[in-house]
Amino acid sequence: MPRTGSKSLGLLDRSLVFITGKGGVGKSSVTAALGLLAAKAGKRTLICEVEAKGDVARLLDCEPGGFQPMKARENLFLMSMNTEEALREYLRIYLRLPVVAKLGPLAKTFDFVANAAPGVEEILVVGKLCYEVKEAKYDLILVDATSTGHIVSQLASPKGISELVRLGMVKDQVAWMEDILYDSSQTSVIVAATPAETPINEALELAERIDHETEVHLGALIVNKVMPELFSRSEEEFFALLQDPRSTKVLNKIVSADVGPLLRGSNAALEMRRCAAPYVERLMASAGDTPVALLPLMFGVGSGMKLVRALGEALAAEWDELLWQA
Amino acid sequence: MAGVETLIDHSRIIIVAGPGGVGKTTVAAALGLSAADLTGKKVLVITVDPAKRLADSLGLVGLTSKGSQVSPGDLDKAMGHKVEGRLFVAMLDAKSSWDELVNRHAPDAVTRRKILSNPIYRNISSRFVQSHDYIAMETLYELYRSGEYDLIVVDTPPSRHAIDFLDAPSKMADFFSSKLLRWLTMPARNRLLMGMFKPFYQVADKILGAQFLSDVAEFFLLFESMYSGFVDRAKSVAGILENSETSFVVVASPEPVPMTEAEFFISALDARHLRLGQMVVNRTLPGYFRDPAAILLANKVQDDYEKVAKELLQKGASLDLIKKSEFSPARLEALAERVLLEVADSFLNFSGVAVEQADEISKLAIDEELITLVPHLNFDVSDLNSLGKVAAYLATGTEAPTM
Repeated sequence: MPRTGSKSLGLLDRSLVFITGKGGVGKSSVTAALGLLAAKAGKRTLICEVEAKGDVARLLDCEPGGFQPMKARENLFLMSMNTEEALREYLRIYLRLPVVAKLGPLAKTFDFVANAAPGVEEILVVGKLCYEVKEAKYDLILVDATSTGHIVSQLASPKGISELVRLGMVKDQVAWMEDILYDSSQTSVIVAATPAETPINEALELAERIDHETEVHLGALIVNKVMPELFSRSEEEFFALLQDPRSTKVLNKIVSADVGPLLRGSNAALEMRRCAAPYVERLMASAGDTPVALLPLMFGVGSGMKLVRALGEALAAEWDELLWQA
Repeated sequence: MAGVETLIDHSRIIIVAGPGGVGKTTVAAALGLSAADLTGKKVLVITVDPAKRLADSLGLVGLTSKGSQVSPGDLDKAMGHKVEGRLFVAMLDAKSSWDELVNRHAPDAVTRRKILSNPIYRNISSRFVQSHDYIAMETLYELYRSGEYDLIVVDTPPSRHAIDFLDAPSKMADFFSSKLLRWLTMPARNRLLMGMFKPFYQVADKILGAQFLSDVAEFFLLFESMYSGFVDRAKSVAGILENSETSFVVVASPEPVPMTEAEFFISALDARHLRLGQMVVNRTLPGYFRDPAAILLANKVQDDYEKVAKELLQKGASLDLIKKSEFSPARLEALAERVLLEVADSFLNFSGVAVEQADEISKLAIDEELITLVPHLNFDVSDLNSLGKVAAYLATGTEAPTM
């Protein structure tokens, strides 16, 4: 991986970081956790939800942001992407077009543009993000990005659009976007997965595609919801002793209840970990130089701020040197 | 709970929808297997992007939209008995399905060739995500009309919102019949009207460049020759959703986000008068995690683990297992304490999750008969045998005592 200078730049020292992965792996909670870490470290941080479902807002216990960024906490801002508004803003800023108002329902025009050339919709997303980087109102922009299938076309959209649109303003605009997007000291991508077959496969495939089809820097891989190790080796041996019907009988007597469900529960947990282990190993083995963080499956933290804080702590513990420049 | 038997009996099309990452493809494949087993029908499963090992085991390598049969011997082995029905699987190939559609509707060879090589068309057919939703419906329609299969199970493409799938045909029809597109192709036909739309062209020209606009214009002029066929077609395709023999199966995992999305989808089905055949809640934790007596015990052990450990070693001293164990007495006691505490902690952790899951499930505002729970499985569904187990859960619809 090409790195500028001898010191490697921290993930959160960059200006634009995309977090992607298969649906259901916890992209939004990882994004929120990174956002909270960065904000706490004094970085003015903007989180942008691309598939605006409001998940990040719910995680951070705040109102869902609109296209205009809203303050969620100290140093932390939230916006949701809206391509139609991005187009409106683009027309206003770059074309200085009062005509926009006279265009009639912009929505219809937009529908046409987006439908006829999907690259246009993607470039509007990427364009808005790059524009915010250029404006430098924030130290860091974290993108809760689209899931695996579409992120590559988004990241590659400046290239794709050049193929379609050979002239015109869009074409001229692409160059500066590429400068931001394809500069590893400014932009990076984190791919998240959970330890199961499809999410790990998709993450590895995606990492490879990002490498081959885009010039965007792949910053790190995250395996989320990893079942923590329940027993040490000797503990597991002792647990096996406990499971012998004779010891279970003794135990039942001591507690005057049936310990069966408890033992089954532990077995289930052991089995889950055993089942997930090969996928974690495969990802680690295929990751090469790309750093990997394993985040434990969190219990009893719900799906709000408590989860975000816990994930943040886990990330900081696992990745302290990776997140910030020493 | 009745499981999926009634659903399978009454449907010719089953559309499996739901948020990403909940095991939609697995449920679709298991439904197909279950249907072939329970009804003896000829069943086709159309999937979009199966996990590689599942695809391999189904013989899905390099398949197109034509179905290929899963070996009957393998089916028997997976279900543990003779399976009367036949199971076929097909993988959706958006690009070639679009090309087929053009081949069917293009008036002549020249138009066909021009469309297929138009850059806008190529972009739409291969990359446009919504177009995958549409083409999945289109493929379904074609297969349904062919009458070749008794039952078709469709695994819907992953999209931003499951709901997109429902609207794909009407959106496609709207798209091709929109006034805006007529305007676009107008310059070629009626220059007089140009003035009215001058601002639009100015902007479009400026933003996108003239070459792009002319590609777009060409695309729509070409498509206009197929226009009526295409719009009629999209309407017929939309029609099969409303067919009385079409049912929807909504899949979710029992966590707040996927469940909310699933509920939203269910109410959208309702609003469109479409039929919810079954809601499958995948990866539910087994019921014993919610057993009040067990939870009470886990709490007790958590509090008294030192005492319980001591007693265990005393009362269990006669047990060969402990006598023969290689650990020293002090080490043994420490181990007993740790293990008992871990067992209790872990149980309570999972209990918490199981209670949350049950809570999510109880919030579902649908008939209990329509809910099927599939347990969190301790294996990857990566071959026909494990798929057979999922099929069995779907068929019985009972909360299975696994793990």
